[in-house]
Amino acid sequence: MAAGNRLAAGGRIDRSKPLHFTFNGKAYTGFQGDTLASALLANGVRLTARSFKYHRPRGIVGAGVEEPATLVELMGDDASGNRPATTVPLTEGLAAKAVNCWPSLAFDIGAVNQLASRFIPAGFYYKTFKWPNWHLYERPIRKAAGLAAAPSEPPSKGHYETRYGHCDVLIAGAGPAGLMAALTVARAGLRVMIADEGCEAGGSLLSRRLTIGGTDAMEWVDATFAELNAMPNVTHLQNATVWGYREHNYLMVTERAPANPSLLERTWRVRAGHVITATGAIERGLVFGNNDRPGVMLASAVQAYVNRYGVAPGKRAVIFTNNNSAYAVAADLAAAGVEVRAIADSRDAVPDEARAIVPGIEIMAGKCVTEAQGTRQIRSVAVAAKTGGSARILSCDLLAMSGGWNPTVHLWSQSRSTLRYDDPLATFLPDTPAQPISAAGAANGALTLQDALRSGAEAAAQIAGTTPPDIPDAPDLPYAMEPLWRVETAKGKAFLDLQNDVTVDDIHLALREGYSNVEHVKRYTTGGMGFDQGKTGNINIIGTVALAQGLAMDQVGTTTFRAPYTPVSFGAIGGLREETVALPYRHTPITEWNLAQGAFMYEAGARWRRPGYFPRAGEGLQEATNRECRAVRFGVGVYDGSPLGTFELKGRDVGRFLDYLYSNVMSSLKPGNGRYGLMLSDDGLIMDDGVCFRLDDHRWIVSTSTGHADAINGHMEEMLQTRFPEWNVFITTVTSQWNNATICGPKAREVMAALGTDIDLSPEAFPFMTVRDGTVAGLPARVVRVSFTGELSFEVNVAPRHMRALWAKVMEAGAPFGILPVGSEASHVLRVEKGFLSLGHEVDGTVDAYDLGMGWAMSKKKSDYLGKRAVQIRREGAAPRRELVGVIPEPDRQIPEGAPLTPGGRREKTEGFVTACVWSVVHERWVGLALLEGGHARHGETAHVRLKGGEVIPVRVTAPCHYDPDGDKLRS
Amino acid sequence: MMQIPCPFCGPRNESEFSFGGPVKPPRPDPSAVSDEDWTAWLTQVPNPLGPVQEQWWHVRGCGTWLTIWRDTRTHDIVEAPDGGR
Repeated sequence: MAAGNRLAAGGRIDRSKPLHFTFNGKAYTGFQGDTLASALLANGVRLTARSFKYHRPRGIVGAGVEEPATLVELMGDDASGNRPATTVPLTEGLAAKAVNCWPSLAFDIGAVNQLASRFIPAGFYYKTFKWPNWHLYERPIRKAAGLAAAPSEPPSKGHYETRYGHCDVLIAGAGPAGLMAALTVARAGLRVMIADEGCEAGGSLLSRRLTIGGTDAMEWVDATFAELNAMPNVTHLQNATVWGYREHNYLMVTERAPANPSLLERTWRVRAGHVITATGAIERGLVFGNNDRPGVMLASAVQAYVNRYGVAPGKRAVIFTNNNSAYAVAADLAAAGVEVRAIADSRDAVPDEARAIVPGIEIMAGKCVTEAQGTRQIRSVAVAAKTGGSARILSCDLLAMSGGWNPTVHLWSQSRSTLRYDDPLATFLPDTPAQPISAAGAANGALTLQDALRSGAEAAAQIAGTTPPDIPDAPDLPYAMEPLWRVETAKGKAFLDLQNDVTVDDIHLALREGYSNVEHVKRYTTGGMGFDQGKTGNINIIGTVALAQGLAMDQVGTTTFRAPYTPVSFGAIGGLREETVALPYRHTPITEWNLAQGAFMYEAGARWRRPGYFPRAGEGLQEATNRECRAVRFGVGVYDGSPLGTFELKGRDVGRFLDYLYSNVMSSLKPGNGRYGLMLSDDGLIMDDGVCFRLDDHRWIVSTSTGHADAINGHMEEMLQTRFPEWNVFITTVTSQWNNATICGPKAREVMAALGTDIDLSPEAFPFMTVRDGTVAGLPARVVRVSFTGELSFEVNVAPRHMRALWAKVMEAGAPFGILPVGSEASHVLRVEKGFLSLGHEVDGTVDAYDLGMGWAMSKKKSDYLGKRAVQIRREGAAPRRELVGVIPEPDRQIPEGAPLTPGGRREKTEGFVTACVWSVVHERWVGLALLEGGHARHGETAHVRLKGGEVIPVRVTAPCHYDPDGDKLRS
Repeated sequence: MMQIPCPFCGPRNESEFSFGGPVKPPRPDPSAVSDEDWTAWLTQVPNPLGPVQEQWWHVRGCGTWLTIWRDTRTHDIVEAPDGGR
């Protein structure tokens, strides 16, 4: 090892398995069992990051998810951004780089911000970059402050997966409390899921030198897992973070390394009967001058590097603490051969049991570190009395700090369970649960090993209804502390939140400017935001606010903890449900035929893939569409109308049910006959237009527009089940039980005859808006005379298994008549020529049937139907209405859909807009439809379209129907 | 994700349901109420801080429309379709 920071022995690393990796392009070696952070420290790399706002040099501070300073971007196959280096397991060939520095870590242009830092306090960006607007500044600022870039490609090796999980008890955390809890509930026979975020189970036991029941604590961990994993009712997820707590005990758990080589990550959505949060505690830092310099670390992290990874993060250490736990760290450092210069303890009285474990180390009681000295690495620290006075300079290259412990209450708090402030521990503890949840171990304030084990056992026994098991003997140093929110005599910048670069001065500024609520302080200073979520700094921020305002901690309160607890890949949340897997397309049986014909396919409502047009060689959209339209108008065409929503309604009360749903009368229909109708909602909105056919006394077919089929299904069921539950009506969706070929055009009857049918096709026997069952081309069929093109039409419905055969026979029988397949584009042109409305074009939330010239569809006879009263009230108003008209552009040209109409084409308030404009093959010119104020009385007048840019197009106002206004063709 | 008790299928994930809005008072006879009363019924939807009765459609399940009482502060389902929790 280059810098020789690796200890000769010890730790849970495998020195026989060296791993090669690069950081910022430079090659290093570590061992199996290392994290990127421990391997960097072992290689003597101290400067590992630049800070978010000031671009100050930063090193590694923590040893786990709490790491606030060193975020890295992984490259290559592992590409992902913003990972704390402490949570990246070292693998062969790993390539990582630091975020927040440009052009390089050692020479960071942004570091000029440090010189200007007194000019960029909290809220600086809000105040400064607002003229003329923030977006002008956003991009360069985001680049300067940028965290890692998102990978441009999804990972190539493997995929993400999601799955559901169910259990009686979910335990978050496999430290001593979580394992004791798991053992207790599993032995009681409950279905248990235990998830732990570490690469290895054991929690704090991995980095401390403790015994349980007289043997090494990690042996107890192994034995416990041996028992748990032998039980069929236990699911153990390792390297899996429980990061989100939703309502009704629904939790999100992401496994980062599932035991399947093709899986990148797997997210579980777990519904748990009960949850135990055994999530441990996170050490908080201390707040003194330049407390962010590389070499200033959390004491617990130093302990982890020495004991778990066999790395000495420095050669000469000073400890700064306000509590007992750092004494064990000093003892472990000394045992590993690191020189401990002194322990500065802010408490005037240091407990004897703490003193007892650090023989020979100088203890400076009642003293504080006021300043860390050195820029890219600390060289020394200044220690002075709490109240000030002359400082003693201690040279060192490592400062291990401990400001006490914060139970990890993130999940507890996400569940909306409350917290209370605890004076002896000077932190917030779980209080009243809002869901079936318990907290155990350090997460519940049990900060010594014996207490943690007991707490886990008791929480679990209460859920299982058993008596708690005996707790093995587990000696630990008693915990005692005195809060120290900040060192009053600190010199230099004193950071509260390293990740967001928030200092004590920033908090004071926010308070001075009136942001006194802690939630406002958070937003104004950004302290505790981002994925740090207040892991290391929050309590010190709250303490600083409390001190400044003379309030008690519980009067200040905490900010809201939000999911995710740790960063989660988007891919891991979505799993396989991306694009068409999440939202599949719907196809009819002739998709392959359409594609073979070279159809241009696209979505045409409700995820149906339909042919837009069938271009021949050299044809564009317009030429192909014109050709298909001419076939329908002058010969014969056929389209696949299968996607139209189709419902079969059965029962004695269908007639009056339809009378309630539709604005016109349906109950009077005779069997075999059909009627077009409008469906309104009770506020008068036109929800849908469609056609009802009565098959026999108690059997009806309702067809809706393609795009609204699902919504209308819900609407019908709602009305039936909630308003008329006693009515005898059964609704069955049969959209996919029927497919059809709709043959339309003047020669449609001849094609039908050529196909061969036992149905009498004469207009007298089979008139417009009737339905007949029979056979067509030898296939059982239901033929409907309905027309959406304005031409003579036969909608030939067959079962889906016959659709391809029918289609082939129609094309064959139609060939002598020049039949052409017709796509959505031609259908659009044909309906505009006829002035038929299309929901979403001519119908929006403001339009009623009268505006459309369809007042006849609003029944006067029926005393009540959905929307009747609302439309009545609306029409009593004096406001002018926009009414449906036809428009003929003069001169002849196309008008973009949606183009506004203004009085005289002047730059004034619009009086309507063009809803559609198509090339008419019957008139051989452009024709359109528009909604125009007072339009019904303005036929023959000229109105004006005003385009963006001021161009004005005069249009002649006409009736909406441009073709066959009397309907002779479609009735023929 | 809430867990909604369906009277036919038992407790199911919210993702199987479609929200049907709060339950309004019974629809008045539109020909027998004043414009004001009708408009009020049409547009004023209960939105209490606390328990509200609301409709859900088990669209990706059995298709039933059901009502529950849900506390808008906590998402607790304080009364299920069968009257229980």
